[in-house]
Amino acid sequence: MIYLDNAATTQVSEAVLNEMLPFFREIYGNPSAIYDFAGEGKRAVDAARKQAADLIGANPEEIYFTGGGSESDNWALKAAAEAYASKGKHIITSKIEHHAILHTCEYLEKLGCEVTYLDVDEDGKISLEALKKAIRPDTILISIMTANNEIGTIEPIAEIGRIAHENGILFHTDAVQAYGHIPIDVEKMHIDMLSASGHKLNGPKGIGILYIRNGVKIRSFIHGGAQERSRRAGTSNVSGIVGFGKAAQIAKDTMETRNAQETAIRDHLIDRVLSEIPYARLNGHRTDRLPNNANFCFRFIEGESVLILLNQIGICASSGSACTSGSLDPSHVLLAIGLPHEVAHGSLRLTLSEDTTLEDIDFVVDSLKKIITKLRNMSPLYEDFVKNQK
Amino acid sequence: MYSAKVIDHFSNPRNVGEIENPSGVGTVGNARCGDIMRMYLDIDEQSIIREVKFKTFGCGAAVAASSMATELVKGKTIQEALKVTNKVVLEALDGLPPVKVHCSLLAEEAIHAALWDYAEKKHIVIEGLEKPVNDVSETAEGEGY
Repeated sequence: MIYLDNAATTQVSEAVLNEMLPFFREIYGNPSAIYDFAGEGKRAVDAARKQAADLIGANPEEIYFTGGGSESDNWALKAAAEAYASKGKHIITSKIEHHAILHTCEYLEKLGCEVTYLDVDEDGKISLEALKKAIRPDTILISIMTANNEIGTIEPIAEIGRIAHENGILFHTDAVQAYGHIPIDVEKMHIDMLSASGHKLNGPKGIGILYIRNGVKIRSFIHGGAQERSRRAGTSNVSGIVGFGKAAQIAKDTMETRNAQETAIRDHLIDRVLSEIPYARLNGHRTDRLPNNANFCFRFIEGESVLILLNQIGICASSGSACTSGSLDPSHVLLAIGLPHEVAHGSLRLTLSEDTTLEDIDFVVDSLKKIITKLRNMSPLYEDFVKNQK
Repeated sequence: MYSAKVIDHFSNPRNVGEIENPSGVGTVGNARCGDIMRMYLDIDEQSIIREVKFKTFGCGAAVAASSMATELVKGKTIQEALKVTNKVVLEALDGLPPVKVHCSLLAEEAIHAALWDYAEKKHIVIEGLEKPVNDVSETAEGEGY
């Protein structure tokens, strides 16, 4: 099997698993308890909190463990809207955010918030000028993702954070795809809140963080016990937290070499596809993109059929076609960068891991060439295109 | 997600291609929604469908439904072909996931569209055939990449 869907989820690394295992059967005490037996769990949670903080230049007490990226996004937006209601009700976000942000914004609109969804250019970048123009006296929050999950484009987060702070506005970023993959510094980038998820960086599923800058007055989202400094109740998911911390530490230590390696293999993939498969385009920015992300559109064919044929030869990938989204519309991200519907239906996302080799990629491209040809020979759109060209 | 029959017909589609100077050809679907089906028929003097070919832009279910529909109408009379409804295609494929059922409907419409074209060329009326909903939108060509 060649697994190229690492933006969807990753394999828990052996080092992370080994770090987690003792906390299932041996060190199972509730870290909130008073006896010595619970102490080891508590120390492990504290150490993990520091590891999670170190990756983004935060203080450990600014890290709150959650049930994952979607919970973190929900918490940040809903709690900010509540806490700053007396200041205003206007939120600025973008059209290419993850649904954890977009659907939360739609929910807040029903409660009376007003949301500006910024357009993006053909590479998927927001315009800083448009952002400045969108700011109103009652704007309470700007939430822009660090990097897009589909097309991999990295947003100008530091500049967005600076604009937010110059205007006294809270800045949240959904960094689920970026945390552990590209350098992030909450101080330099003026980030007030940041969401991340463990399973996107070879950690376990069901664990995430919300970074909340000291002094940001948002309240609890899950009410109950006094865990996470009374801001996120629920018995600590000790094994998950330990796994998250270890994954963050490894990601920090290996980022430079891993990025260089993944970028080289990604560029080989992009170069081969664009030069060897006609009527293909790269979605997302050519260079300001996640090191492990490649996203293409192949004209005249539909994405799901590519996925099924890839699956038959053991290649796991994903697509933004309507058939894979469960609706009639293709991905909102591909439409937002200006692709016509019929082109957006033919998208393919390949996301690498550090285990992906050049040989893997060459096999995938060789296979893709045959698959695309087969599907185009079956496509009435291609037939019309060829006839019109004659 | 898909039945073994769907996967078989998608992986090894029957009757893919074109017919030169067909008795009838019909194209249905909508590129915006991600499904376009084109069916070619060669019909002899006895009103028997001698040859049938298809081309489809769409997901696995759309390709499989087209392929199955061509098998079901090949060698049949026009009246028999009209009995190949979306339900018949659906059952022959051992079912489709709920969100994909419209693909079998598209297959029925493609047969009807091709038969309608045949009837118009021949200036005949096929009993029980209504003008198919042919909602093929203008496809955007030449985006230039």
